[in-house]
Amino acid sequence: MAAGAASGGSARADTYKDARGWLLLPSWAVLGIFVLGPVGMMLIYSFLTKEFRGGVIWEPSLAAYDQFFFDRGLFGDEPPTIEWTYITIFWRSIWQAGAATLLSLLIGFPTAYFIATRPENVRPVWVFLITIPYWVNLLIRTVSMKFLLRDQGPLNDFLISTGLIDSPIHIVNTNFAVQLGLFYSYLPFMVLPVYAAVERYNFSLSEAAADLYASKWTTLRRIVLPAVKPGVVAGCILVFVPSMGSFLAPDLLGGAKNFMIGSLIEEQFKGNAGNWPFGAAASMILLTMVLIILMFSARQQAKADKAGG
Amino acid sequence: MAHVNENIKTYKGFRTITLFCLVVLYAPLVIVTIYSFNASQSITNWEGLSLRWYADVFTGPESAKFKTAAFNSFTIAIMAATASTMIATLAATAMVRGGQFRLRTVSFGLISLPLMVPEIVTAVATLIFFNAIGFTRGYLTILVAHIAFCIPFAYLPISARMQGIEDSFEQAAMDLYATRRQAFTRILMPLMAPGIISGFLLAFIVSLDDFIITNFVKGAGVETLPTAIFGSVKQGIKPNIMAISTMLLSVSIVMVTISYFVSKSDSTK
Repeated sequence: MAAGAASGGSARADTYKDARGWLLLPSWAVLGIFVLGPVGMMLIYSFLTKEFRGGVIWEPSLAAYDQFFFDRGLFGDEPPTIEWTYITIFWRSIWQAGAATLLSLLIGFPTAYFIATRPENVRPVWVFLITIPYWVNLLIRTVSMKFLLRDQGPLNDFLISTGLIDSPIHIVNTNFAVQLGLFYSYLPFMVLPVYAAVERYNFSLSEAAADLYASKWTTLRRIVLPAVKPGVVAGCILVFVPSMGSFLAPDLLGGAKNFMIGSLIEEQFKGNAGNWPFGAAASMILLTMVLIILMFSARQQAKADKAGG
Repeated sequence: MAHVNENIKTYKGFRTITLFCLVVLYAPLVIVTIYSFNASQSITNWEGLSLRWYADVFTGPESAKFKTAAFNSFTIAIMAATASTMIATLAATAMVRGGQFRLRTVSFGLISLPLMVPEIVTAVATLIFFNAIGFTRGYLTILVAHIAFCIPFAYLPISARMQGIEDSFEQAAMDLYATRRQAFTRILMPLMAPGIISGFLLAFIVSLDDFIITNFVKGAGVETLPTAIFGSVKQGIKPNIMAISTMLLSVSIVMVTISYFVSKSDSTK
């Protein structure tokens, strides 16, 4: 395990010191113009007036954010009360993403731990097996999941044929189906950082705990878990963040009753609702939440690094 | 590291959960692959093996739509992967071989931006951007958006590889009067090949698979395979969709497998 030191030679290499501006220019240009610029544009659009058939009128307005948070009655002249419709959709997204994260942790942690305790030469094979499905088209994976879980699908057929159940379990179009879909979409994001953390963990600590008569589960809870916590936190964030803004799993597996932020945003640009400033405002609120979570995690990570974890 | 008793390391049940995990990950894909070979018109009953739905994809009533979509998907993926790999290689050279500089963290943040911003937000932002500058949505807008979000996927394996190559090889070449350009093309690039190939392949898959951003920035009438599949699935899962899905998932799995073996081969040892 002495690999870390050997690669140090190139860490501070500066052969291209004078050319780095030119080398970075293409990536700055493409990402600046086509990602950062558009996000700024979206912020501006969220403060404009809506055009009824999609698009905007260039007139500053707070209407989009007002519509998100306040209800002013049918004609807009009543005293404002809190509008719960969209807050509920956001809350449901957080809840669904949280459930999916918990599910991923319950399955992903033991998997990552198991892989990290295999002999060193077979670990990459296990990691590879876990990551392959991630590279398969998300749409195809979600459709496959729906096909498997349908009332007349293979899973229900199998359960009925074994006699475990008499009639099909309805899974599609429930909250649980969405959670399963999200879990299935992002599980590798949980396994990989936890695996990396457990692989670095010094198992002599477990041995020391055992020598001092700690039970195996106490060792796991009190020694292993605190040591690999940065990996667990990273995994939870990597599952939670994309889950919250996901569109395919709630759209295909959840049905109309289990609407999440992704569908709310999509509807503003595709469907009949067609309110661009509102869609931009909802996207801004989602982006702000994600950035807060990422900043919080970066701080946690920095703290863990300082502590030598 | 001192050898630790295996009994202390292993937990009963973790192996079972890992196997369960693999079953969950692969079962839907295996089932769809099996059912794509079903002879039946219905997706529920099994009536024996057949290639009829594969024939349907290529010659059936929807074949023209799928062919155009496949052409768009593959040409966009090849161009987006090529462009993003070149951009990522240059960026990695500056980041890994450019010493310490103040904008390094900012540059890294910018490169990984497409990974941090939720996909749906990027999609909305890109749509708004093209609308604001008055650019007609279509093939070109899809291509440009794909080049941008593929950059981090190409960058990560490429920079990881470059970090693993000591700069003493290039230094030695330049001590022997090679120009920096020669040291770059004749020494660094060949050593970088596995990283660049795997970066290219990952970017290719990510472009080929993208649905959400494409769905927003594609104009009316321009379809890629994922948007065409999504359109069909909205009316129910049909057997020809399972055949086309099986083909697409095979392409992804083959590409990832190649990428895995290429990046594992280490020519510096």
